[in-house]
Amino acid sequence: MSKITVEEVEALAKLARVGLTDEEKRSLAAQMSEILDYARALDEVDVQDIAPTSQVTGLTNVYRQDIIVRSELSREELLANAPESEGGSIKVKAVL
Amino acid sequence: MKNLHDIHSEFVKDSKSVVAHTQEYLLRMDEVEDTLNALVSVVGKGALSSAQESAERYSNGKSLSLADGSVATIKDVFCTKGVRTTASSKMLEDFVPPYDATVVSKLKAAGVVIAGKNNCDAWAHGASTENSDFGVTANPYDLSRVSGGSSGGSAAAVAAGECDFSIGSDTGGSIRQPASFCGVVGLKPTYGRVSRYGLIAMSSSLDCVGPIARSTADIAAIMEIISGPDERDSTTVEVAVPNYTEELDKPLKGKKIGWAKEFFELGLNEEIKAAITAARDEFVKLGAKFVEISLPNLKYGVPVYYLIQPAEVSSNLGRFDGVKYGYSATESDNLIDNYFRSRSEGFGAEAKRRIMLGTFVLSAGYYDAYYLKAMKVRTLIKQDFEEALSKVDVILSPVSPGTAFKIGEKTEDPLEMYLADVYTAAVNLAGNPAIALPCGFDSNKLPIGMQLIGRYFEEGTIMNFSHQYEQTTKGAGWRKNKVVI
Repeated sequence: MSKITVEEVEALAKLARVGLTDEEKRSLAAQMSEILDYARALDEVDVQDIAPTSQVTGLTNVYRQDIIVRSELSREELLANAPESEGGSIKVKAVL
Repeated sequence: MKNLHDIHSEFVKDSKSVVAHTQEYLLRMDEVEDTLNALVSVVGKGALSSAQESAERYSNGKSLSLADGSVATIKDVFCTKGVRTTASSKMLEDFVPPYDATVVSKLKAAGVVIAGKNNCDAWAHGASTENSDFGVTANPYDLSRVSGGSSGGSAAAVAAGECDFSIGSDTGGSIRQPASFCGVVGLKPTYGRVSRYGLIAMSSSLDCVGPIARSTADIAAIMEIISGPDERDSTTVEVAVPNYTEELDKPLKGKKIGWAKEFFELGLNEEIKAAITAARDEFVKLGAKFVEISLPNLKYGVPVYYLIQPAEVSSNLGRFDGVKYGYSATESDNLIDNYFRSRSEGFGAEAKRRIMLGTFVLSAGYYDAYYLKAMKVRTLIKQDFEEALSKVDVILSPVSPGTAFKIGEKTEDPLEMYLADVYTAAVNLAGNPAIALPCGFDSNKLPIGMQLIGRYFEEGTIMNFSHQYEQTTKGAGWRKNKVVI
């Protein structure tokens, strides 16, 4: 059994920067346990000497010339979607 | 309904019909959208002015492509310049991109009119559109049922005649399964065939962009427009784009179709099995030969998919922090508190579930047991398909274990919903192209789809099979079923 506890859910939520209600924590603990249990089906597969696949088309790194390409967009256009901006910059809440 | 070739010939003869064509679709949207909810946004004014420009091109004899003046709707996970792009999530409810996704700019360059943005599961997470923050999309064949997902709005809009075609995204079946539920054709191209620049990323090693349309001929025409390398997406591959339309009419005589028993062992509905067996007989009549193949690791597709995909989701959704764009909580004490609140209030239950699962499988102590293990089993699944496709030209399979289910039927149990991906997710893990097309109706008058899987970059071959099947079953009784809206 891959039992996920509410405490583990809290620790993961902190890592993922997601606020959760107590109800969400309880249901996530149960659902994640169930899903991870299901994933234990992979335990029976022998993967000794098998290399992991992270991408399928055999691409290697793609490089381009190190030349700055100016954006066609103005500063105003780029800031238009920011929740808050000031003086041509994105404004964030106080860090401390 | 007419296909793109017919519409184009009509426009060439009478350029005035271009604007009327767009108007008809906008009227159809007015008529059905309250019930269907296949669209998050309608782009009425913009569509009409694009149609006007297209009409002028036709009257000057200078149309840009076969699809000039045709009408598309786009799944709301693709950025559209100046048009709200929400990913069907409250997080991006007011997000208006300052640029077009490459697939959108390619369509525009071909003269295609963009008339709306399709509803989908939020962030493309789901198999029913029930995860959309803007309501579920009903199935045009039975309004009490789901349209499938995540590209449910795209498939429903095409089936209900709100557009000529739609562009969707497919990470574990999100083009093929809704196409199958709504009785239309959907293609998931090879990984890297179509640019993903401007697609709101879900799972970067799996996401593919492809068309949903009413015929394979239309799929071929659209693929000719949207495929090809893009310097803005380094996962696109430098493989020449063939003339897919020319491949459609090749005879199937002597071609080989693979039949894997594993596809028919995983809880498949009997009516679907019967429909696919009947399709198999049609292919035999067309001269194709059936070959038994084996995909022993197919059954691990869903568990592997639900480890790798959430891992990548948790990483891709990290960028939604309430700072640069998207939803931002109002009453935060400081920056860190604002991250927690914005993500808590902006993401829905499914996105949170995947972020949490992904964070778990990537975390120290669990990475090897879950994520790395899944990546290794992925190799075995990929090898299975490579080996099978070295013996046959295409593999025939179901798309989904059942037809469209009732709205609300599976929302309580996330795992049950995940199992809807059992025949499709493995193909994304392997990266091969696959097409879903209608092959019958069940006793509830719901569409049944089949899947044809091909070799890397051989979209033309699966479209050839798909088109030949459509031609030979043109007069089939089940094709007389009509949408109820």
